[in-house]
Amino acid sequence: MAAAQGGAERYFTRWYKPDVKGRLCEDFCVLQHSNRICVITLAEAHPLLQNGKTIKSINYQISANCSRLQNKVSGKSKRGAQFLTELAPLCRISSSDGEKYTIYSCIRGRLIEVNENILNNPAILQEKPSTEGYIAVVLPKFEESKNITQGLLTQKEYEEVLLKRLNSSS
Amino acid sequence: MSSLTEKDRPIVQLLWNTGTCPRCIFRFCCVGSQTPYKRPYKDLMKELKEFLKNNPEKEDAVCFEVADPPCKRIRLENTEERPDDLNQNGVLKPIPLVNEENTALESSAVKVCNVCLGILQEFCEVDFVKKVCQKVKSADYQFTSFVFSVSLPPQLSVRERAAWLLVKQETGKLGLSLAKDDIVQLKEAYKWIIHPQLSEELGVPADGKSLFEVSVVFAHPETDEECHFLATACPDCFKPAKNKQSVFTRMAVVKALEKIKEEDFCKHFPCPPSSPKNFCVALEIQCNNGAVFVAGRYNKYSRNLPQTPWIIDGERKLESSVEELISEHLMAEFKADSFNFSSSGREDVDVRTLGNGRPFAIELVNPRRIHFTAEEMKRLQQTINNSSDKIQVRDLQLVTREAIGHMKEGEEEKTKTYSALVWTDKAIQKEDVAFLDDLKELKLDQKTPLRVLHRRPLAVRHRIIHTMKSEYIDEHHFRLHLKTQAGTYIKEFVHGDFGRTKPNIGSLLNRTADILELDVESVDVDWPPTLDN
Repeated sequence: MAAAQGGAERYFTRWYKPDVKGRLCEDFCVLQHSNRICVITLAEAHPLLQNGKTIKSINYQISANCSRLQNKVSGKSKRGAQFLTELAPLCRISSSDGEKYTIYSCIRGRLIEVNENILNNPAILQEKPSTEGYIAVVLPKFEESKNITQGLLTQKEYEEVLLKRLNSSS
Repeated sequence: MSSLTEKDRPIVQLLWNTGTCPRCIFRFCCVGSQTPYKRPYKDLMKELKEFLKNNPEKEDAVCFEVADPPCKRIRLENTEERPDDLNQNGVLKPIPLVNEENTALESSAVKVCNVCLGILQEFCEVDFVKKVCQKVKSADYQFTSFVFSVSLPPQLSVRERAAWLLVKQETGKLGLSLAKDDIVQLKEAYKWIIHPQLSEELGVPADGKSLFEVSVVFAHPETDEECHFLATACPDCFKPAKNKQSVFTRMAVVKALEKIKEEDFCKHFPCPPSSPKNFCVALEIQCNNGAVFVAGRYNKYSRNLPQTPWIIDGERKLESSVEELISEHLMAEFKADSFNFSSSGREDVDVRTLGNGRPFAIELVNPRRIHFTAEEMKRLQQTINNSSDKIQVRDLQLVTREAIGHMKEGEEEKTKTYSALVWTDKAIQKEDVAFLDDLKELKLDQKTPLRVLHRRPLAVRHRIIHTMKSEYIDEHHFRLHLKTQAGTYIKEFVHGDFGRTKPNIGSLLNRTADILELDVESVDVDWPPTLDN
C-alpha cells in the first residue's frame, strides 16, 4: 500500500482531453478508477489554475432547465441521474478578470454528483484540483466503460502535447 | 371384516366394482383406525371378497360367484376416459354386476387401483420399504430420526374427487350424508402404513420435526393429462411461472378442484375414474439433512487475501480466500454439499485482522455427518490452523441457526478498533498529532467512497470516531489507533476521499495524508462464546 501519487488518487488512471472545443489550453483530466467510476478535474495547464487567476463565481445552472445541483440519483444503478455526453457542460466558471470558462464532461455516462465544496470555497479548486477541487463524478455505462478512453489521451500522449505547445510558443 | 359394517356394504360393492383397492375402500368408508390398513394386501383382498360374498340381501347364488371379478369387463372397456359413462342428465350409469366370462385366471394378478394408482397397494409393501431403506443406508447419513415426505402426482386429487362424487351420490340415495372431511386422506393412510415399517428397518423413529428427510417423488405418466381439463375450466389457476416445469402443479390442481362446480367436473372426468394399466413409479428417492452451523472467530495475517473468491470474467485474480481456507476442511469433515459463509462485517484484501479475530458462521448444507464432540471440533480447529499461516481460527463450535442473529447484530451496532499507518506530505512534529488523542466522539460525514460507488447507492453516512491514540514515528509517518462505530470507512477517514469524508486526517492536520497500512485490532462482539482453546 505504498503512497505513489499520495492520497485518494492512488488507484486512478489519468486520462486527458486538451483544448476542448478548440479553446487553447482548456485541458481536462479524467481520473478513472478500476471500478469504472470517473472523476472529472481540471488539468494543470488549464487557465484557471495559472498564477494570478481568481475565481469570481461557479455556476452549476448550465441552462434554463438544467442545474447540475438538481441531479438526484437513487439505488445501486443510480437511477434518475442526468445523462452526459462528452461535450455536456458541467458548470460555468467566471474569473475576476472577466473571462468565462465552461467545464465539460469529456466522457459519456451518468452524472453521480458535482462537487458542492467548491461552491463554498472556490480556492480549493485551484489549490487541489486533482483531489478536493474535483468538478464531478461520472459513472459510464457498463458496456461503454472500456470505450470511454478512446477519445482521451494517456499521460504520456498528453505530455507530448504539452511539449509541442512549449516548442511552438518559443 | 370387522372394520366394515353392513352400512358400508353398498359403498364397498360400488368401489370394488369400479376397481378400487381395499385400503382406498376403507378410506371412503371412513375407517379411522390404523390397524386395518397395516394388514397385508393379500389378506385384505381375501377378506373383502368374503365380505362381499356374504351379502345377506342377495338370495340368488349366481350373483355370489361373480361378485369377485365382475368389473373385469368394465375394466377392459374403461381404459380411457368415457364421457358416455354419463347419460344425458349427467347421472352416472349403473354398473352391471353380472359377468359371464371365466375370470379365475385373472384374479391372482393385482389390478391397479383406480383411485390411488398403486400408492396404497405395492408402495406400502415390504419390497418398497426395503428399496427405500437401502437407498438411505447407501447414502451414508448420520441421523437419529427421520421425516418421510411423499410427493404424489396431481391427478390423484382429481381421481379422489371423482371417487368421492361417486360415493356421495350413492350415500345420497341411501339417505345418508358424507362430508369430504370424513374420508381418510390418502397421504395420512399411507404414512400410517409405511412409517412403522421404515422406522423398524432404519432403527430410528419417525418425527415430523426431524432434520433428516427422506423424500420420494411418485409419478404416473400414463394419466398425466387427466389434469388438463381443469385448465380450460379454471384457467386462472394455471399461470405459467419461470420455475415450474409443468403448469399442473399439485397446488394449482387442488385450487382448481376447489373452484370447479360438480357438474362441470363430471362433464370432463369419468366418475368412477378409469382403471389404469400401470402402477405409479417412484421416480426419485432422495435424502437430505438439515443444515448445521459452525461458528468461530478468524484472524487474518495476510495482506493479500480476499474474504471471498475474487473472480472476474471467469479468471481468478487472487489465490484463495478466507472463506475457502476455513470451509475447505469443514466441508470434508461434515461431508456437505455446499456452504454459506457469513461474518460480522469484513475487511479489505490488504487489511489484517488481529486480536481476538472476527466472528464468522458457516452454514453447511446437507451434511452427511452431524455429530461432533467438543474434542472433535478442537481437532478440526487445529487442522484448519495447521493448514495455513494466512488465517487462524478460534472458538470453533456448533451453533444453532438462531445464534447467527447475534453475529449480524454485531455488524450494525458494535464498535471496532483499528491501527493505521499514516503518511503525510508535509512534515509533522510530535505536537502536530498529539491533539488527535483529545478528540472524543468525533462526528464524521462520509459520502459513499468512490472505490465502492459503482455498486452502492450514493448516500452520506454519519459515523462516530469514539477515541484516537497517535504514535509519532517520524516527520512523515505516525501510527493511529482508533475506536470507531461499526460501518466507518477508515481509509477514507485518513485520505479524505477527494474531500467527500469530512472531517478527515488531512483536514485535521492541514496536510495531505494517506494510509499505508491498516489492521483491525478488535471486533467488539461477544459472540460466539469463548472456549478455552
